[in-house]
Amino acid sequence: MNPEIALPILIPLLGAAVSVAFWRHMALQRHLAVLATGALLAIGLVLLWEVWHGGILVMDMGVWPAPFGIALVADLLAAIMVVLAGFTGFAVTLYSLVSLDREHENFGYYPLLQLLLAGVCGAFLTGDIFNLFVWFEVMLIASFALLVLGGRRTQMEGGLKYVTLNLIASAIFLTAVGLLYGMVGTLNMADLAVKLAQVEAQGLVTVLSLLFMIAFGIKAAAFPLFFWLPASYHTPPVAISAVFAGLLTKVGVYALYRVFTLIFTHDVGYTHTLLLWGAGLTMLTGVLGAAAQFEFRRILSFHIISQIGYMLMGLALFTPLALLGGIFYIVHHIVVKTNLFLVSGVARRLQGSYELRDLGGLYRSAPGLSVLFLIPALSLAGMPPLSGFFGKFILVRAGLEAGAYAIVFVALLVGLLTLYSMLKIWAEVFWKAAPEPTSPSPAPLQGPERLLLYAPISAMAAVTVAIGLGAAWVYDVAEAAAAQLLDPALYVEAVLGRERLQ
Amino acid sequence: MEPLLALVIGGLYAAALFMMLRRSIVKLVIGLMLLSNAANLLIFTAAGLTRGVPPLVPEGLTRPDGLSADPLPQALVLTAIVISFGVLAFAVVLIHRAYEAVGTDDLRRLRDTDT
Repeated sequence: MNPEIALPILIPLLGAAVSVAFWRHMALQRHLAVLATGALLAIGLVLLWEVWHGGILVMDMGVWPAPFGIALVADLLAAIMVVLAGFTGFAVTLYSLVSLDREHENFGYYPLLQLLLAGVCGAFLTGDIFNLFVWFEVMLIASFALLVLGGRRTQMEGGLKYVTLNLIASAIFLTAVGLLYGMVGTLNMADLAVKLAQVEAQGLVTVLSLLFMIAFGIKAAAFPLFFWLPASYHTPPVAISAVFAGLLTKVGVYALYRVFTLIFTHDVGYTHTLLLWGAGLTMLTGVLGAAAQFEFRRILSFHIISQIGYMLMGLALFTPLALLGGIFYIVHHIVVKTNLFLVSGVARRLQGSYELRDLGGLYRSAPGLSVLFLIPALSLAGMPPLSGFFGKFILVRAGLEAGAYAIVFVALLVGLLTLYSMLKIWAEVFWKAAPEPTSPSPAPLQGPERLLLYAPISAMAAVTVAIGLGAAWVYDVAEAAAAQLLDPALYVEAVLGRERLQ
Repeated sequence: MEPLLALVIGGLYAAALFMMLRRSIVKLVIGLMLLSNAANLLIFTAAGLTRGVPPLVPEGLTRPDGLSADPLPQALVLTAIVISFGVLAFAVVLIHRAYEAVGTDDLRRLRDTDT
């Protein structure tokens, strides 16, 4: 029994509930949001520490023993993801204190954000596939509401596309869960791993695994299922975009990592080859889509897609080094991508637009912001010694060792094109002369607004540099996490006990 | 019973896809409703139909006597119905607001956010 595993879910849920109870007390909601997300980050770090020292932690909800009850399982990957969710949530909450207007706050931004975090952490920690569906839905319904908060026309359109495609993904997920239960009669992931190996009709298992691949592929925005993402991520207020960009697609990636290392490993030659093709095409389409864009957040949205390709590449190669690289990449990506969105919000605050042609001259007027943009941007493109370089380096190395030269070539090419995109933003937003202002320019940043906008960005940039300079430590954690993923027996033993292992 | 339900489920999935491919956003939401109902019915059927034996524990025993229906898929379907109810209620409000904001229910004209 380890009750602390439930805390990353309970803390944001409680925060959301109390915030709803005090609907009109905005000052209280703000303090509570900062407190809850801060506590989430802290408990995530504690969880990571415990798992690092004590191995996989399991908690049976309601003391029903697995596989009959719902188990919460924290292995290293889950703990890492919870830490990242807490960090992103905390940084974005601080940022939204000054970047959101009253109208958005009054419509329940803070409770929704915490509900979203509860859903995300629940998806990371659950050990039951139907429960995973439920947490996905919790996360989705919160994200639906956040996406259309404010109700501008573009938000409605983007929201409609986002809602439709995600509901289709949920229906496919539910279909797959139903068929899975009909086939083996269990929903506990560890139990599934044991029982699916004994199923005679392995072809049917492959079909099921593809249904899961499609459902999670839509959530992760993998090729060719990514269309909802660039249609919607640039429409809501920037704090909401940032938390979506950091966390939502990564929940899909996490689910793919979980399912295709623990449950569906019976036909790696087929399923993971398919994933490898998906990974390569995801990288290419994402980065080419970004090259055609001239709006700050649209460029960044397409880059989310291309980066998802790298994470899938780590899973698809399915060697210890590749999985290590994939996990390293997820860690790096969440921090960097959230940060880039936050930077775009500050640029908008300073010059009133996300269109590259309306922005300019920020290197002269805001040199600090320029440096804070360059750190995540160059890290995204994979410049040493920043975090992205080591992520790409490990993945490329793993690809070469596995003899997958085509995907290595694509990965390197996409890195180059990413650099092109980032330099395009740099040249347009920061380097070129400021355009003639068409409307009266916004008031300059000062006081607490300046502090609260820059503090999260600086912290995330510092983490990016720290991951780069201290890559050996992150490497060690990711290596241990990958080793746990590649040895499902550890997971099964932790959940079901030793006697169930043959 | 299973073959009949299998046909019904297949028909529901087909009808859902057909409705979602129409241009009206109202039909899109009807398609989503059919899709979630199809998935619910599928869970119910795939887990095996047992007729006339509710999973009740007789007095004095700690487990059902002999063969009984599996209660778990029914719990799953119940959960899924509640979730889809909430989500679809949101979707209905969303299409209403989208119609107000955009002034059309034609999906072809919702192209502002595409690239």
